Amino acid sequence: MRHIISLMMENEAGALSRVAGLFSARGYNIESLTVAPTEDATLSRMTIVTRGSDDVIEQITKQLNKLIDIVKVQDLTDGSHIERELMLVKVRASGEIREEMKRMVDIFRGHILDVSDKTYTIELTGPGTKLDAFLAAIDPAAILETVRTGASGIGRGDRIMKI
Amino acid sequence: MADMELTGAEIVVRCLRDEGIKHVFGYPGGAVLNIYDEIYKQKDFEHILVRHEQAAVHAADAYSRSTGQVGVAIVTSGPGATNAVTGIATAYMDSIPMVVITGQVPTAAIGQDAFQEVDTVGITRPCVKHNFLVKDVKELASTIKKAFYIAATGRPGPVVVDVPKDVTQHKCEYAYPKSVAMRSYNPTSKGHAGQIKKAAQMLLEAKRPMIYTGGGVVLGNAAGQVTELARLLGYPVTNTLMGLGGYPSPDPLFLGMLGMHGTIEANMAMQHCDVLLAVGARFDDRVVGNPKHFAKEAHRIIHIDVDPSSISKRVRVDVPIVGEVTQVLDEIIKHLKSGTEKPDQQALKAWWAQIELWRSQDCLKYDRSAAVIKPQFVVEKLYEVTGGDAYVTSDVGQHQMWAAQYYKFAKPRRWINSGGLGTMGFGLPAAMGVQMAHPGAVVACITGEGSIQMNIQELSTCKENKLPLKIILLNNGYLGMVRQWQEFFYEERYAESYMSSLPDFVKLAEAYGHVGMMIEKPEDVEPALRDAFGKYKDRLVFLNFLTDPRENVFPMIPAGKGLSEMILV
Repeated sequence: MRHIISLMMENEAGALSRVAGLFSARGYNIESLTVAPTEDATLSRMTIVTRGSDDVIEQITKQLNKLIDIVKVQDLTDGSHIERELMLVKVRASGEIREEMKRMVDIFRGHILDVSDKTYTIELTGPGTKLDAFLAAIDPAAILETVRTGASGIGRGDRIMKI
Repeated sequence: MADMELTGAEIVVRCLRDEGIKHVFGYPGGAVLNIYDEIYKQKDFEHILVRHEQAAVHAADAYSRSTGQVGVAIVTSGPGATNAVTGIATAYMDSIPMVVITGQVPTAAIGQDAFQEVDTVGITRPCVKHNFLVKDVKELASTIKKAFYIAATGRPGPVVVDVPKDVTQHKCEYAYPKSVAMRSYNPTSKGHAGQIKKAAQMLLEAKRPMIYTGGGVVLGNAAGQVTELARLLGYPVTNTLMGLGGYPSPDPLFLGMLGMHGTIEANMAMQHCDVLLAVGARFDDRVVGNPKHFAKEAHRIIHIDVDPSSISKRVRVDVPIVGEVTQVLDEIIKHLKSGTEKPDQQALKAWWAQIELWRSQDCLKYDRSAAVIKPQFVVEKLYEVTGGDAYVTSDVGQHQMWAAQYYKFAKPRRWINSGGLGTMGFGLPAAMGVQMAHPGAVVACITGEGSIQMNIQELSTCKENKLPLKIILLNNGYLGMVRQWQEFFYEERYAESYMSSLPDFVKLAEAYGHVGMMIEKPEDVEPALRDAFGKYKDRLVFLNFLTDPRENVFPMIPAGKGLSEMILV
């Protein structure tokens, strides 16, 4: 099953490599991983999307908790949560598909950030599935380049992860 | 003094002093020259110069295993650090508290492929509990304090502190922190009261109980509690390889070691019990074999461990209790004593009758009338001659299993071996560490001719420090455990498991300034041991026992099989 795990960690050199190293050493898979400092500069917040059986996910959270630099671990999948991913896509937008592409961006509530004679550069945010749907909806031959951030997640309502 | 600034090198030495360290094992080199200069000037601790960095780390590791204190090793950058890695990984796998200080090239040179530069923090990351690169001298003392704290608390483990050379030159004011508070590291010490109650109740309901304890009982100093609990209930006990000494072996409640080379009675009781109490043990592959086979039997499992990630990792448990084993066992014992309920004596009697039936198969029997020396016989005689009270270190292979099976350890911290990583070459440097910690004690290293050659250079360190170790070489001419697997599973194709040219170990021992003996006949075994521990008790004696080259370790559970699928003699 797909799980989205949130981490708070000390903003120390090498902390990211401890997490990445743990996943590779123990054979866990990482679908995506995002990390950046928080409003408290001593802390980083990381979101990891992974897949595994319940036993594997239990081990992943326990092993993450065991890392000395990690302050808090939460499996967001345990409760309701929001996740968002940002994607930048450069598409071919010349001739007759130029209008069509603009409409698709509107339908998916994206933005066109940059325009050239032949291309659009589009920004799209949403759950990963929405970004997938956008890519599936447009002509594959029109896609010139994509870059995705991986998911960031946060609990819904009063569910707060803080130290 | 208070306002005086100290160099980083002085700070390292002062931290070790203030941590109460008495022995440090190490090897100097360019990046740690400043530290060694300060070591030269002080008298608070003794530095033991080894002949290879791996040995420094093994010695510090065994020093810790035999005392419970944090072991300390110092090595230089680059090859010093890489040589130390096997030792660090060995300690990590067996959860041994240790601080290893590694020199590093100056901060400005890091990343420049400088002379003797390696990414020590990167290389050691997967085999340490934690590691640090200290880039600012102001953080040196607090980092060393944290290193000792992390190494010794929770599930213990090795911590590496990498110190660049310029940091050892820079100056700052020194104050050794009295305590450590880390928001990211707060190991659980007290077990959950509700779970403890549930465990006590489950133990009382058992018809076929079993107590299975591991290295965590030895490291957590809970041997007394395990003994009290087992005797209070009259329940059978088994120890893992790492847990030997956690319960007095000569006691009738003790069923011997379990696992791949465990006794029939221990393995069968483990497989057929209805309530299993696991303490400081982790159900690893050499212990339960195939977890699917183990899970087929309907048993309820209580698992006490300080490390939550050890629980339900390979085997699902019913009552997990995270906490320090002493505290949790004390609470369970208190519960049992305060209640009136007693275990079902009739069921227990029937269970013991079954266990005695398994035990009566005498699975550790061997041919005592053989004309060649049987390795088991040597270990038995060693047990007799040392009164069962020696510190015994071992290397890895058949001799390790025979030592575990036939030397009946009665106390914790007497059996020192590399169980997790299985590091050949561990035994001799480990014995050095033990002897440094216990100068008057009897220390024997049971080894094989393969293993001993992996750190044989340490005979020189032993001479320099006048360590009166007794090296018990069970020399069968083969890498015995490899040979055994080749005999059983590779149709006797003995690929590279025979060394046709061994040194003359007697002359070798003498060349290093020690006493060497060669023993070829069974009747000479005991007299030789008596000489070694009597006449030559103040000397290192290297006893080369020529043993039966075809002897195998039994019982044996082939890898991946279940506990009841043993191969017997």
